[in-house]
Amino acid sequence: MDLSRFEKISDTAWRVAPFGGMRAPAIIYASEDLMKDMDDKVFDQVTNVAKLPGIVRASYAMPDAHWGYGFPIGGVAAFDADEGGVVSAGGVGFDVSCGVRTHLTHLTREQVVSVQQELADALFEHVPAGVGSQGEIALDEQGLNAMLLGGAQWAIERGLGRAADLARIEEGGRASGADPAAVSEHARKRQRREMGTLGSGNHYLEVQEVAEIFDERTAAAYGLVKGECVVTIHCGSRGLGHQIGTEYLRDMVISAQAYGIDLPDRELACAPIKSDLGQKYLGAMRAAINCALANREIIGHLARQVFARFFENEELPLMFDVSHNTCKVERHAVDGETRQLFVHRKGATRAFGPGHESLPEALRPYGQPVLIGGSMGAGSYVLAGMETSERQAFASACHGAGRRMSRHAATRTWGGRKIVDDLRAQGIIIKSPSLRGVAEEAPGAYKDVRAVVDSAEAAGLARKVAFLKPLICVKG
Amino acid sequence: MSAADDHGATGRWEHFPHDADIGVRAFGATPEEAFVQAALAVMAAILDPSTVRLEQTIDIVLEAPRLDLLLVDWLNALIYEMAERRMVFGAFEVKIEDHHLKGRARGEVVSRSRHAPAVEAKGATYTELACVEDRPGLWRAQCVIDV
Repeated sequence: MDLSRFEKISDTAWRVAPFGGMRAPAIIYASEDLMKDMDDKVFDQVTNVAKLPGIVRASYAMPDAHWGYGFPIGGVAAFDADEGGVVSAGGVGFDVSCGVRTHLTHLTREQVVSVQQELADALFEHVPAGVGSQGEIALDEQGLNAMLLGGAQWAIERGLGRAADLARIEEGGRASGADPAAVSEHARKRQRREMGTLGSGNHYLEVQEVAEIFDERTAAAYGLVKGECVVTIHCGSRGLGHQIGTEYLRDMVISAQAYGIDLPDRELACAPIKSDLGQKYLGAMRAAINCALANREIIGHLARQVFARFFENEELPLMFDVSHNTCKVERHAVDGETRQLFVHRKGATRAFGPGHESLPEALRPYGQPVLIGGSMGAGSYVLAGMETSERQAFASACHGAGRRMSRHAATRTWGGRKIVDDLRAQGIIIKSPSLRGVAEEAPGAYKDVRAVVDSAEAAGLARKVAFLKPLICVKG
Repeated sequence: MSAADDHGATGRWEHFPHDADIGVRAFGATPEEAFVQAALAVMAAILDPSTVRLEQTIDIVLEAPRLDLLLVDWLNALIYEMAERRMVFGAFEVKIEDHHLKGRARGEVVSRSRHAPAVEAKGATYTELACVEDRPGLWRAQCVIDV
């Protein structure tokens, strides 16, 4: 990306002053090296978002930003309903409430390695992953409506999770304001056999070793112990969310003109928050958030069932569950005034700082856990929200490494079998139904996750707590 | 990746890079031919379309106010049918009149062992969307697919 188009605010903050219809500035948080490697499309997209009605303060992009749809992946923008603000289906994305959760164990690396292959095989067999896989849970119409309203709470009531998990999930495991009536027949049908499935692409279930601790006090509060293992799950709202994204994006593209919204990019399709379509989308999107929360709770339950076969008394308590494709109603301070805003995070994680009222008491003094998924080989990070993240980007941080190479280029560069063999030589077992899928997710196709989290920390978005190294990776 | 080495041929498809996902670009002598090729390009993002047995037929009827929106609707209808029916497709037919589309997809229930699908298509997007006649007799249909 051409850095001459930015004003450098600090080593990790770059600003574009409003021009050509922008209602607010655009700000990207990243090191100079990450900025130089970023696609020019990120500039176009982050500045286009700033043109949407009712945007507050700025259009932001996180250090892992890359070319998305309308919004960049790694985009954050908040809108005020009272100022004509909009809600954008493109600003949430197709995989509504895609997110990450991490369960703790007290197992050492050695204990896991002693059964590594058997555990990997059992997880792959028990957790449905990949195209064509199906869940065991069949939902009738009544059950589906209950799930869309209840989220993880619904799963727990059905014996598919643990009540103690709820305090460790955003919004207590259930998004309020869900409207099952706003979810189409097609979206419902697409979900009938998909509860408790991982999906494909970059979704995964990993068993990871806590390999490095950066902040002892916070790690201890989170329950992270160096040398012990955790289980991390990355997936979203499956077919239901994809269909909701598809249908409402179309409705918003077609109706934008009627709402007097001049779209700089059709993928930015949106509707006023105070409109029938905007409200209907919010109801459907919140139902999809509940679907994702229920789905991750069920997959956590399936992982617990597998671990129980190998290790007695391992209950896999949930450390935290975060979503990174959402629009949430939050209260934020803007110019000394607290305002209710609709915060879009597209490939960005909420990162409330220490003391935030929504955090469970045990975590409140330390800030919200922010779970950063890396590639199969590079590992992942646990960060903590910082006090400064509120004023930097409405309490938001990055969500992953971000791709540096397209899927197409990755399959031309690497073979799936060689990646599986190379990672096995490094002590990592990959289980996937598709070797081509493995090649598309090659570690080399992703940016350096360490550079991304270092930038997030330097920019005051979230600070490093722990580094997690994979031992087993079940890919969809 | 592309369907034909002969770039002079009209009916063909190719993938173009997108940071996170996959762009599909199709060419044809008519919009209908470009739509067929675009559908093949979507399937090729998932698996090798030549491995698909043409055992079942699904009919699709759509309408949209513009040809490019019709392209997104067509690809999204196929993505929906794949997900809902657990199917993959290997051959397509399309007829378009006044922005009304009648399409047909032929394929079979997905086999994880035989097809080894690499990714699941979540939806066709409006990013890089175009359905235009680049020159007389050469239509180009393209967009990015979220996978």
